[in-house]
Amino acid sequence: MSSKLVTIGRRDALKRIATVGTGAAVAPHVVLAADPPAPPKRPLTDPDLVNPVIPWEKVLSAEELKTLAVLCDLIVPADEHSPSASKVGVPDFINEWVSAPYPTQQADQQTIRGGLAWLNTESHKRFGRAFADLAAAQHHQICDDICHVPKAKPQHKVGARFFDRLRSLTVGGFYTTPEGMKDVQYIGNVPSASFEGPPPEVLKHLKLL
Amino acid sequence: MPLITGSKTRPSYDVVIVGSGAGGGISGYLLAQAGLKVLMVEAGRNYKPLEETPMLNLPSQAPLRGDRTPDKPFGFYDATVGGGWQVPGEPYTTAPGGEEFIWWRPRMLGGRTNHWGRISLRMGPYDFKPKSRDGLGFDWPLTYDELAPYYDKTEALIGVYGSNEGLENTPDSSPGILLPPPKPRAFELLTKKTCDKLGIPVIPSRLAILSKLLDHMKVSRYIHPDNPKAAKILADHMQTRLACIWATDCGRGCSIGANFQSTTVLLPPAVATGNLDIITDAMVREVTVDKNGRATGVHYIDKHTRTDRHAAGRTVILAAGSSESARILLNSKSRMFPSGLSNGSGLVGRYLMDTTCSDISAQIPALENTPPHNEEGASAMHMYMPWWLYKEQSKLGFARGYHIEFHGGKRMPNMGTFGALGARTNGAYGKKLKQEARRYYGSNISFSGRGEMIPNDKSYCELDPDLVDMWGIPVLRFHWKWSEHETKQAEHMQKTFTQIAESMGGKVTSRIQMRKPGEGIHEVGTTRMGDDRRTSVLNGQCQSWEVKNLFITDGSPFVSNADKNPTLSIMALAWRTCDYLMAEMKRRNI
Repeated sequence: MSSKLVTIGRRDALKRIATVGTGAAVAPHVVLAADPPAPPKRPLTDPDLVNPVIPWEKVLSAEELKTLAVLCDLIVPADEHSPSASKVGVPDFINEWVSAPYPTQQADQQTIRGGLAWLNTESHKRFGRAFADLAAAQHHQICDDICHVPKAKPQHKVGARFFDRLRSLTVGGFYTTPEGMKDVQYIGNVPSASFEGPPPEVLKHLKLL
Repeated sequence: MPLITGSKTRPSYDVVIVGSGAGGGISGYLLAQAGLKVLMVEAGRNYKPLEETPMLNLPSQAPLRGDRTPDKPFGFYDATVGGGWQVPGEPYTTAPGGEEFIWWRPRMLGGRTNHWGRISLRMGPYDFKPKSRDGLGFDWPLTYDELAPYYDKTEALIGVYGSNEGLENTPDSSPGILLPPPKPRAFELLTKKTCDKLGIPVIPSRLAILSKLLDHMKVSRYIHPDNPKAAKILADHMQTRLACIWATDCGRGCSIGANFQSTTVLLPPAVATGNLDIITDAMVREVTVDKNGRATGVHYIDKHTRTDRHAAGRTVILAAGSSESARILLNSKSRMFPSGLSNGSGLVGRYLMDTTCSDISAQIPALENTPPHNEEGASAMHMYMPWWLYKEQSKLGFARGYHIEFHGGKRMPNMGTFGALGARTNGAYGKKLKQEARRYYGSNISFSGRGEMIPNDKSYCELDPDLVDMWGIPVLRFHWKWSEHETKQAEHMQKTFTQIAESMGGKVTSRIQMRKPGEGIHEVGTTRMGDDRRTSVLNGQCQSWEVKNLFITDGSPFVSNADKNPTLSIMALAWRTCDYLMAEMKRRNI
């Protein structure tokens, strides 16, 4: 294959893809169906793949979202590599998730809403205040008790199962954002003219060189 | 790419084809290029890959981060639209007491070719004569050598990358046919190093992806040596296909035509001949026959108006997908054919097969903290393991082989990528969790075995006497039973994958012992071909024994289901059938 062909092919490829919309150029979050103008209603089995909408209403209350934001940031806080979960919209994503009409998400709604209520009850029992209003050390005192299901005491099992599910949703929501992908140094989704295979430092790391 | 005429442009056609996927697409392409007037009838909607493919869209732009739902079972961006495991208004049932068979049905132009895995493996010489080798199942009424030229042509036309390794029952292509395989990824090289020690071959995979541009002049002359007009149409279209850009998942489809889809590779040049009309949203109910028992066309339901229509043709090809083609035949009852069309043998719907599927995922510490680099490549596998234990088969306790597909690397994160992080880190959260995410990212490899199932009497489909779909058409009822050959084969897969993972210093993190019947989406059989009209539905050319102007060119004619994914063989076999059909037309036999 001559290099001329590659160049033309690639430029042409980029032009064609641009008409469909590239990831980087588009805002990272989808719009609600309720936002104007309302798109034509399509079956859930045949949605618009290029311009997606979320065709269901979000159910969590402002109070629930406030607690969720604190908890999401305890799970994924800001550090030198990337911002915290709430900074990149993870609580809103979890609201979108638990509001979806599917069995998995409906079960999660019960787990998350029940868990948030359990957490506030636990906070009040221990410290006389809602979870969102606790000090950092108090947050950790509770989280340390519920962060690992196999080690949680019987009276904390419900909280631990909730925390485990929320951790999965939070890391899922976080690492699928551009900021999260950058944090783990995902490199890809970039059109290129050739595939070069692993560079020498990778082969050395794997003792293949 | 204006594909659809929206209506019939003539009162009668030379050929009416039901279905527009691999089998229907190649049949429509070849017959239209040869100058026949062809009507293609598709049950799903029109689908335009150039406009509808979310090539580089991110998970954060999709509902639920693009995760799987019952409405989009392979994720939001998967090309499949209008269907999946369930099609609204079009149920199917499981016979009481049987295992549940699940049935994948896209309802779209191009069918499954829009989202398929692009794995293009040839069946080998043993695969055509399995009964002669081990006494099980049935032999095909043809040999590998008879189909080999059609494999060459199919690979040249659609574009397949791979290599010739000269391995047992893993055929080489003719020189100059294949495109070069891409370089292996890091995890593929690491796996190969271990497998070399275990005696398991790891070779370049064969995928219908353009690793470089096709040579449009050479290929078009090779495909149409005696038809300059057809060669020009093909060459013109081939130049609009671009080479792989080494990004994005082929399962989304490809707006630049770098992989094989019926909708980007076969239908546009077929329409460009002026000889092919396509109507979509047209659900075929039955094949109609005249008083002499010859097919006269198909009855279909126009889904928009819910009205009954007829498409007339002097030949009918069914390529609706295995099971669906059988359903149409079983529904085509008449006084002359009281048990359904072409069902004198009683075998329509019988010997339904799928692929034996077993998987594990393993975490490999050696892959932790691998320096970041682009590992996407052609999205699917660059390397795979063909079946290697032919000489030891008699000692294994199961009759046939499997190949191994394996995946890994730092691919675009999705909802599942870090799902197990909590358990893996004994409950980490906070900054520690983020450190662990960096460490573990890309250190998992999944191994998937895809093996041959032997046809049996207890796995079949029939009409459900109690239920019709929303179009008034009786639905299918599935019967299923795996034999010990499949369950023992799955056990062997689990043992092998565990051995590979542990030899690499890794640990198995999850297992699927055996996927559900149908989940391989390789269902074939139901109208098998053969040498004897008493024990087969079709003759050695995929022509109905009883209705000589009726042919089937999807996976239904398959006599066995080797571990070689069926799409390439469906197309090669369809090509051979079309050659025969045209020769018979010239001889005025049909």
